[in-house]
Amino acid sequence: MKRFISFLGIGILFGIVMTKSEAISWYRIYEMFNFQSFHMYGIIAVALLGGIAVNYLVRRYEIKTVEGDSIQPTTKSFAFKRNLLGGIVFGLGWALSGACPGPMYTMIGNGFSIFIVIIAFALLGAYAYGAFSERLPH
Amino acid sequence: MIEFISQPWPWYISGLAISLIMFLLYINGGRFGVSSTLDTICAAGGAGKKYPIFDFDWKDRAWNLVFILGAIIGGSIANHFLNTEQTINISAAAINSLDDLGVPFDGELAPLSIFNWQSLFTIKGLLIICLGGFLVGFGARWAGGCTSGHAISGLSNFQIASLVAVIGFFIGGLIMVHIIFPLIF
Repeated sequence: MKRFISFLGIGILFGIVMTKSEAISWYRIYEMFNFQSFHMYGIIAVALLGGIAVNYLVRRYEIKTVEGDSIQPTTKSFAFKRNLLGGIVFGLGWALSGACPGPMYTMIGNGFSIFIVIIAFALLGAYAYGAFSERLPH
Repeated sequence: MIEFISQPWPWYISGLAISLIMFLLYINGGRFGVSSTLDTICAAGGAGKKYPIFDFDWKDRAWNLVFILGAIIGGSIANHFLNTEQTINISAAAINSLDDLGVPFDGELAPLSIFNWQSLFTIKGLLIICLGGFLVGFGARWAGGCTSGHAISGLSNFQIASLVAVIGFFIGGLIMVHIIFPLIF
C-alpha cells in the first residue's frame, strides 16, 4: 500500500510537470520538429543533464532504494537496426499524434478523451510488434 | 504559491522536475520508462499465451501502471487547479507555419479541430489518431523504449542504444513534419 501511494504520487507529479511544461502539447512537438523554439530542447537537455547527475550521485554515494536494494541505472541493449528503425517508426508516430506514451496518458487527464483511442492503438502497435518481432530486423 | 506554480513552467524547471521524477522512481525501486506500460498491459491481458515476448509476470511491473494512473490524475489536477487560462505559448514562427499548413493555432494543448471524436470519421483524423498511436506503440517497443526510457533514462546512462534510438526519433519526426504533413493536411 505504501508502495502504491509512492508510485501514485510520483505519477501525479509527472502528470503535473508534463502539463505545466506544455510537453504534452501537439503544438509543442510540431514546433520542436520545425526548430521554431528552444523550449522542448531546453526541457530534454536539462532533464538529461539532471539525469546524468542523478546517475552519478547514485553511483558515487551508493544510494539504495527505500527497501535497501542497490539501484542499477537503466541499461539498454544495443542493436543498431532495431534501435534506429524502431526509433524512426516511433518518431513518425510522435510527430503525427503529437504525443509520446507519457503525454498520451496525461492528455486524458486534461480532458482530451479521444486519447483513449490513441492509447488503444498504441497498445495494438505494441501487440503487433510482439506478433511480428521475429520477422523484423534487430 | 498556487498562483506561482499555475504559470506555464519554464524549460529549466520542467527539465529538473523530470530528473527528480527519475530519481524518485529509482529510490522506490522503479525506473523511468513509460512505453513499457504498453507491454505490461498486453501481458496483463493474456498476450503471453500467444507470443513469448509478453510471457512475463506483469505484476512485477504493476508499479508502472500505478505511475501512469497518477499521470492521468496529475494531468487532471493541473488542468483544474493549476490553470491560469493561458494559451500554449508557442512561437510566432510556429503559428505562421500552422496557418500555412491549414491548422490554425487555437491556443489549446492540441488542435480541437483534429483531436475530437468526430475526427474518427475523417481520413485525416483516422491517420493522426489511429495510425499515430499505432506507430508510437510499435516503434517504441521495436526501439526498446520511448522518450522517457531512451532519451532521458538511457541517454543519461550513456547507452549507445539510446543515442541511436533518439537519432531515429528525430529522423522519423522530421520526415513526418516536413515531408508527410504537407501531403495529409
